[in-house]
Amino acid sequence: MKLFSRRRNLALPYAIFLGIMVVVPMLLIIIYAFMGKGGGFSLENFERFINQPEAANTFIYSIGIALITTIICIVLGYPAAYILSRLNASLAKVVVLLFIIPMWVNVLVRTLATVALFDFMSLPLGEGALIFGMVYNFLPFMVYPIYNVLQKMDHSLIEAAEDLGATPRQVFLRVVFPLSTPGIVSGIMMVFMPTISTFAIAELLTMNNIKLFGTTIQENINNGMWEYGAALSFIMLIIIGITSLFTDSSDENAANEGLL
Amino acid sequence: MMKKFFSASYLVLLLVMLYAPILIIAIYSFTESKVLGNWTGFSTELYSSLFTGGVNNSLIDAIKNTFIIAFVAATVSTLLGTIAAIGINDLKYRKKRVMNFVNNIPILNPDIITGISLFLLFVSLGITQGYTTVILAHIAFCTPYVVLSVMPRLMQMNPNIYEAALDLGATPYQAMRRVIIPEIRPGMISGFILAFTLSIDDFAVTIFTNGTDGLQTLSTYIYADARKGGLTPELRALSTIILVVVLVLLVVVNYRSYRQAKLAEEQQQQLKLKK
Repeated sequence: MKLFSRRRNLALPYAIFLGIMVVVPMLLIIIYAFMGKGGGFSLENFERFINQPEAANTFIYSIGIALITTIICIVLGYPAAYILSRLNASLAKVVVLLFIIPMWVNVLVRTLATVALFDFMSLPLGEGALIFGMVYNFLPFMVYPIYNVLQKMDHSLIEAAEDLGATPRQVFLRVVFPLSTPGIVSGIMMVFMPTISTFAIAELLTMNNIKLFGTTIQENINNGMWEYGAALSFIMLIIIGITSLFTDSSDENAANEGLL
Repeated sequence: MMKKFFSASYLVLLLVMLYAPILIIAIYSFTESKVLGNWTGFSTELYSSLFTGGVNNSLIDAIKNTFIIAFVAATVSTLLGTIAAIGINDLKYRKKRVMNFVNNIPILNPDIITGISLFLLFVSLGITQGYTTVILAHIAFCTPYVVLSVMPRLMQMNPNIYEAALDLGATPYQAMRRVIIPEIRPGMISGFILAFTLSIDDFAVTIFTNGTDGLQTLSTYIYADARKGGLTPELRALSTIILVVVLVLLVVVNYRSYRQAKLAEEQQQQLKLKK
């Protein structure tokens, strides 16, 4: 029994590490968010957010951009994942890899390459470029989880539906699509959340003309307005909390698989 | 037939879209022009200046920093994460749940939140930010991934093996080194690789923890560069090299696993024949 307790104790160093490097920092965000200028509890940071149209507008605009990006990623990514799941296994593996490889090029280099592409085709930088860049950066995160779910789907269900006289359209709408929703949900998590929190990418793609919420947070922190920056981070955390409420824990595995 | 053609061309079209920007970088890495998109004749100058130190020192420093930080962070994360996974796997009920929950926080948090939270920690403790804080921050967001990649291996393991080793007179340390570690090694290796790539790619956490002393990694260097109005031309060569290395590694790894799978299949068939 003594030995048993020793193995268990191996979790202790990491528990302490997590406490200092994860739990305390997260608490600090909350503490700073509710701290007034003179120290002490206060809601002034949140009042400022509501009363200052600029930050609130950026916030709403960012959610809009993130929604559009997510929808485009679903529309483009779902068919791709579906086609991939129908390919033979070894070819599908290669194509999935092809989708993932661009991820190894530094995000900022990729973004600058997108800027170059727009220059090359003499398209203007701005909202269009921003959305293209976001979709370009996050599309693989949509394709992969959907592909994973579709590929593991029990084919006898599809055959059963066909045997029972469903048309191909019905098979897709009534069987395949509903069964693939966990993949879509984790895809949404993996596209929507990073999109809403990006900074830098937006600056580069719009020549600093369009600001997203992430940029606003970064600017405030950089300018020494930690309390306000922390409050904005706290608001982002709440949005993320709400988003993840829509996804129950059963999708966590899918999300993790997608990440790894 | 038509359907197949359409679906194949759809995939090709998407891949072309994904690769177009990268291809442009690769192509323009073979010309000297300062601006991307301006072809001034074929040249390998960018590659040679990258290796002969013709580039300004700060880029070379940034590359060095990136790799040192990634190597240290990945090594520490792998050790810490493996030991932690062994411990967590042995925890019961609530403690295990709490550890797994906290372990998931850095994974689910957006980078910017992780970065800001650590920035506030270092500022509150009055720690000067620099090399140490960046490495600590990288360890913080890499270790959870190591834990996640080691854990499945531990759960697959037969728990009796460890106890059998103890019964046969092994010390706990020996049992760990001779029994557990060999079983979970693949998880440790993939955890290390994952941590290494996450660290190299990181931008958001680094920029909040690198302080004001001018410590730059590749990502923050590129960011500063881009804000000044352009990409150092040598970065095109560097990105191309990274891409080629990754491609080669992936081909090698996949070819090996393909061959191993084939070997296993053949062995099984031989076994069947013998029976």
